[in-house]
Formats: sequence, C-alpha cells, structure tokens
Amino acid sequence: MSTLVIAEHDNASLKPATLCAVAAAQAIGADIDILVAGEGCGGAGEAAAAVAGVRKVLVADNAAYAHQLAENVGLLIAELGANYDNILAGDTSNGKNIMPRVAALLDVGQISDIISVESADTFKRPIYAGNVIATVQSADARKVITVRCTAFDAVAAEGGSAAIEAVDAVHDAGISSFVGEELAVSDRPELTAADIVISGGRGMQNGENFAMLESLADKLGAAVGASRAAVDAGFVPNDMQVGQTGKIVAPDLYIAVGISGAIQHLAGMKDSKVIVAINKDEDAPIFQVADYGLVADLFTAVPELVSKL
Amino acid sequence: MKVLVAVKRVVDYNVKVRAKADGSDVDLNNVKMAINPFCEIAVEEAVRLREAGTATEVIAVSIGSKSCQEQIRTALALGADRGIHVETEGDVEPLVVAKLLKGVIEKEQPQLVILGKQSIDGDNNQTGQMLGALTNMAQGTFASEVAIDGDKVNVTREVDGGLQTVSLNLPAIVTTDLRLNEPRYASLPNIMKAKKKQMDVYSPADLGVEPKAHLTTLKVEPPAERKAGIIVESVDELIDKLKNEAKVIS
Repeated sequence: MSTLVIAEHDNASLKPATLCAVAAAQAIGADIDILVAGEGCGGAGEAAAAVAGVRKVLVADNAAYAHQLAENVGLLIAELGANYDNILAGDTSNGKNIMPRVAALLDVGQISDIISVESADTFKRPIYAGNVIATVQSADARKVITVRCTAFDAVAAEGGSAAIEAVDAVHDAGISSFVGEELAVSDRPELTAADIVISGGRGMQNGENFAMLESLADKLGAAVGASRAAVDAGFVPNDMQVGQTGKIVAPDLYIAVGISGAIQHLAGMKDSKVIVAINKDEDAPIFQVADYGLVADLFTAVPELVSKL
Repeated sequence: MKVLVAVKRVVDYNVKVRAKADGSDVDLNNVKMAINPFCEIAVEEAVRLREAGTATEVIAVSIGSKSCQEQIRTALALGADRGIHVETEGDVEPLVVAKLLKGVIEKEQPQLVILGKQSIDGDNNQTGQMLGALTNMAQGTFASEVAIDGDKVNVTREVDGGLQTVSLNLPAIVTTDLRLNEPRYASLPNIMKAKKKQMDVYSPADLGVEPKAHLTTLKVEPPAERKAGIIVESVDELIDKLKNEAKVIS
C-alpha cells in the first residue's frame, strides 16, 4: 500500500498542515510519498525530504502550479495519484479547493476532515458542525482524504532523508488564472499554528478594543482570533474568525474574551487543551466548555491580566 | 446569461442535532428543515445578477426526496425564475449530486453555476469542486465577491490568511462563503407568486446517472465531552491556575 500526501507550502518552506497530513498517513500505515507542486518550490521540496518517515518526494515545479490553481493542480494530482492507494491533504483552503476535484477525476468519493483512522478504509469525521461524530467506511479502491489538522500531532519536520524526484508532467487547463491576493501581515503566529490563541467576541464592543487583546497576545506570544459575531459586526476581518465556518484551532491554551459560546464557535475551538473564558454573563454557554472561567467585566480583567503577566 | 443555482434541504441551522441512542443515525424526527444557509446566499447572488441585468434567467435545482420541492419554492420566492427537482431516494453523496448537476447543466447550458461551499449537515465541502472537474469548468470556491467581466468572471475567495482573486473562463462554477451577500427575506406576494412558477421533475435515469454509494456510515456518536471546569474568583487565581495547575504559561 502507498499514500501520496499533498504538501501545503509557500514554495520556500512547508506549512504545518503537511506534517499533520503525514501523521494521518502514518496512521493508515502505508509507504508515504509527498508531492510538492508549485513554482520555484525547490526549498519546499528539500524541506519535505527532511520530514521523518517519508519514502520519496515528488517535485512538480512549473508556472502552471504557481498559485495552486485547482484546475491545474487537480489534473496533476489525479495523474500521479492513480499510482497510489490513498491521497491525503490537510484541511487548508488549498486542500479543500483541490481535493474534491481530484476525487471526481478519479471517480471516487472524498472523505472530508477525518479526525481519526480506524482502519485502512474506516475513518471518523465530524458532521453537523461537530455535534455528531460519524464513523464512515469507504468502498472505493482509491481513497481521497482531507485531514482535520487539529486532530493529528505533527510528525517531526527533521530526521528523514527521502529521495527527491522531479515530475515533468505539466497540466495547464487554461481556464483560470491568478489575479492577485491580499494576505494579512502580522508579526504574531498564525492562528492555526499558534500555541496560545486569544479570541474576542461581541463583548469587545468595537474593533479598537481588540488592541487590548493584542497587548495580551504580545505578552504571551499568542495569535488573536474572533467569533463570528465579532466578524459580522465588522470589528475585525474575516480571516480572524474561529468557528465551524472559519478557522479550526486546537492550541494548548485558548482564551475566549467576551464570547458567549455559540455552537458555531465551539466547533472551531473545543479541542483546545486548556480553555479559559472571561465573560460578565455567568450563564454564557462558553463556561460549560471552559476549564477556567472568570465571571468579570473584560474591560477590567484583560488590562489586569496584561499588567500581571 | 443563464445562471443555475443548486439548493439543498437541510436541518435548520438553529437546531442542535444529536445522534440517536443506538448510534444508527442522527435524530431528525420532527426537526425544522430549511434551505442550507450557503445555498440561500447562492440564490441571492444569482438573483442580484439578474436584477443588475447581467443574468437573464435564474434556475434553482435541488436533488433529493419530494420534500425538497419546499426548498425549491423558497428559492423561487427569493427570486429564482423556475425550478428543477431531481428526485432521488433519500440522500445522495456529493459525487452523485455532482453527476446529476452535470446532467442538468448539459440540458440547460448555463454560463454560471452557483452553489453553497458546503451544507451544514454533512459538512463535506465537495460538490462544487467535483462538478468543476466533471464538466471541465473553472471554479471560484469560498467566494466573497463575484464580478462578471465579458466572457470571464473574477472571483475573490476567502483563503487561509486573507483573500485571493482569480479570473475564470465562463462557463464557470462559484461556491459561496458567508460574506458574499446578505440574503433577503421572501415577501408574502413573492411566496404566492412562487407557487405558480414552473418546476420540472427529473429522475436520475433521465440524466443518465445511476446513484452509487461510495461511503457507508457505520455509526454516529456524540463528540467527546469536555469535563466541567471551575470558576475562578480573580485574575490572580486565574494566573496561578494557568501557571501552576495547567502549566500552559510560564
């Protein structure tokens, strides 16, 4: 049996999602190859070769794959994937965008967002915003899978010495092109990779007040997130949203500030190791999942925390 | 330009769904059903394109049992011009839905197909992308902005870390994210008018598709419960617990 893991990378280096997908591949138990598709992606290819437990790294370096356009990369993965039993990717926006295309090209179902591997063909995955966990069995000979990264511990990024093989296949569907991107620039860690996450909700009252959370985040080396209510109210941009329809996070410490704890939000953070809730409403549902709850006005509690840490 | 919109009948988003005690399925007895929120956004976007004069006709399609005609009527009340119901026995998987939608596309030849990025029951996030592959159309998934530009469409997408804009040749597929638009409410006169709008019914066989199961659900269960925590009295106590008990800060 063999598994192809699709690397999440920025051409120069690998993203943590790759290491989680490799961990899920190890749980399946087959030989693991990694595909790095991009443009000028030699650096990411070398990083992939250093990942522990990898047999071979395929590097497809071509302008057609520069921006991970699903129309092009999907064709490449479907061609290479025909030689594998399993094709895995992390639950990143690229993974979600590309993998169903691969599954359809191979005429198989996709198993989205697996949180555990029960056997080579049976997996657990959350449905209904995480309110229910389904155990599903695939009848397809070839399995296309996306991996819920927060559910698998990343494998070591170092220690391996896989062979690197160049892939010459160029698939340019010619039906889509990259126009531009606006990526948030921040000195703080990425939400999905941070050890500590501090999120604000509607209780923050406005965007300016998030500065308080930022000073707390800087003290703790944390990332700053938000609930959907705070995003919908226009306090902060979309990419900060933690929840079923936003980012799924599972840091060592999650501090929810002024967040009531809607199901939607809990689905995005309830796998955090330690959860702290600060809210002045003692009946807020967030306290039911919090390890430590502080019933207090956030506008006094947060500055006090900042000054005492 | 003809626009095809896919809508799915799902449990209303306010309902907290639970697994049945025997683990065989989720308990959907007597729960309120509704149009999937992301599909509602798809309908709104299509109707706005027609109101702007870009689209000439909006067709709402739904796949499932007879009861999903209710959701097609909802889409018609929101402004879609006519409906198509592909009647299947029970739920069908995303790949089968994509094959059935491909069949509808071959009949209707739309220039743009808009779907929700995922349904809030299965949370699969697959159908639009699969349809793109089967029809060899380009896809703009997780869209927060859609702008038709001659024979292309520019789609701004919500991606990890920000926004990405892609240009797609028409015909193309768009899947909606939450902030693409805010759907309107259907007015009573429009709900009445919707009852008279045309709705065609097809079987999978009419579209040359034989539904197949790729995945079997063996069991459903509630997620692991977190054990109840404690309420601390002060910021000092919180800091102490985090440092000395949980040991998550130093």
